[in-house]
Amino acid sequence: MTRKKRRLYVLVLCLLGIGTGSALTLTALEDNLAFFQSPTDILEKPAGDRNLRLGGLVEADSVERLPDGASIRFRITDTKNAVAVVYTGIVPDLFREGQGVVAEGRLGADGVFAAREIMAKHDETYMPPEVKQALERAGHPGGVVGGTTR
Amino acid sequence: MTTAASFHRFANPARFQRIGDLLLPWLFGATALLLGVGLWLALVVSPPDYQQGDTVRIMYVHVPAAWMSLFVYTSMAVSAAVGLVWKHPLAEVYAKAAAPVGAGFTALCLATGSLWGEPMWGTWWQWDARMTSVLVLFFLYLGFIALVDAFDEPARGAKAGAILLIVGVVNVPIIKFSVDWWNTLHQPASVFRLDGPTIHSSMLWPLGLMAVGFTTWFAAVAIVRMKAELAERRIRAIRIAQIGRE
Repeated sequence: MTRKKRRLYVLVLCLLGIGTGSALTLTALEDNLAFFQSPTDILEKPAGDRNLRLGGLVEADSVERLPDGASIRFRITDTKNAVAVVYTGIVPDLFREGQGVVAEGRLGADGVFAAREIMAKHDETYMPPEVKQALERAGHPGGVVGGTTR
Repeated sequence: MTTAASFHRFANPARFQRIGDLLLPWLFGATALLLGVGLWLALVVSPPDYQQGDTVRIMYVHVPAAWMSLFVYTSMAVSAAVGLVWKHPLAEVYAKAAAPVGAGFTALCLATGSLWGEPMWGTWWQWDARMTSVLVLFFLYLGFIALVDAFDEPARGAKAGAILLIVGVVNVPIIKFSVDWWNTLHQPASVFRLDGPTIHSSMLWPLGLMAVGFTTWFAAVAIVRMKAELAERRIRAIRIAQIGRE
């Protein structure tokens, strides 16, 4: 075996080793790498009085302003389960019913999630407003046709 | 072997200088044209997004910077492997020349991402898998830049740097697939996905022009920096020879 070949084999073996090691580590850390938990996760595995992030969609017709004028109450759903959330403060511009959202805070004993921070998620679809309107007129409410917008 | 032969045709630094000088004006010209037209399309002609409005225009800088940060790192790791296995004389020169430029792309990606995250997501920074792995990429670049110059003997620095680059390459697929493997605040890929882009063509075109413009700019700067590195090595060799004579 020439020296070049031996160096190449050593390199490939090292890469395989590093790759396998990283894959195992990341698989083992799977739960910790998730940015948020879904309502189902939280209901099935209650975390107790601990800070966590709850993510899902803002349930349709669930947003209501509370009498104090600064707080809102809404429900985050993963379409299977939903958790009620209370938040005091200004929500991001993209916050609306049906939108992806992540709330950071604690789940209270009454089952209501007290959020300290609200973040809006947006999907990977980008299109001009006119295209969105045209798609809605054509009967595609989400504006997405089979993964593509063209 | 023909591959090895063609490989070593370009191994000659003098030949590299000649080809580089030939390419440079074209690369700089193409960059000016692509970025000029690309920015005009991106900032003026392209439509606002249906949900993000004009904020979407940050994408035309953020996304090409992110692509370049991954592309430059991958190319440096490949060149490090070529340097270690085949002892290609230009491999370590390329890695050293490209590193600060790649670090710059990563910093630009992180900065524009933060500026985009605040109005849309409502946060400057979160430790989600995508953002954290890109920050790790930034530190890999900085680590490489520091490590290469940390040895008295340049050849040992280049070797240590090459090993760091090759080990760090595992981070590249982690960045790319972080948004698919774990739930993140960052949305999944819009362009490089199996079922085709989810960006309307009126936005995809300016994005493509910007990305090609970033690439030609990088190629031009890499050639200039490689020429400077080769000149520095010549000066070092001449100095050592002079000391030897005295």
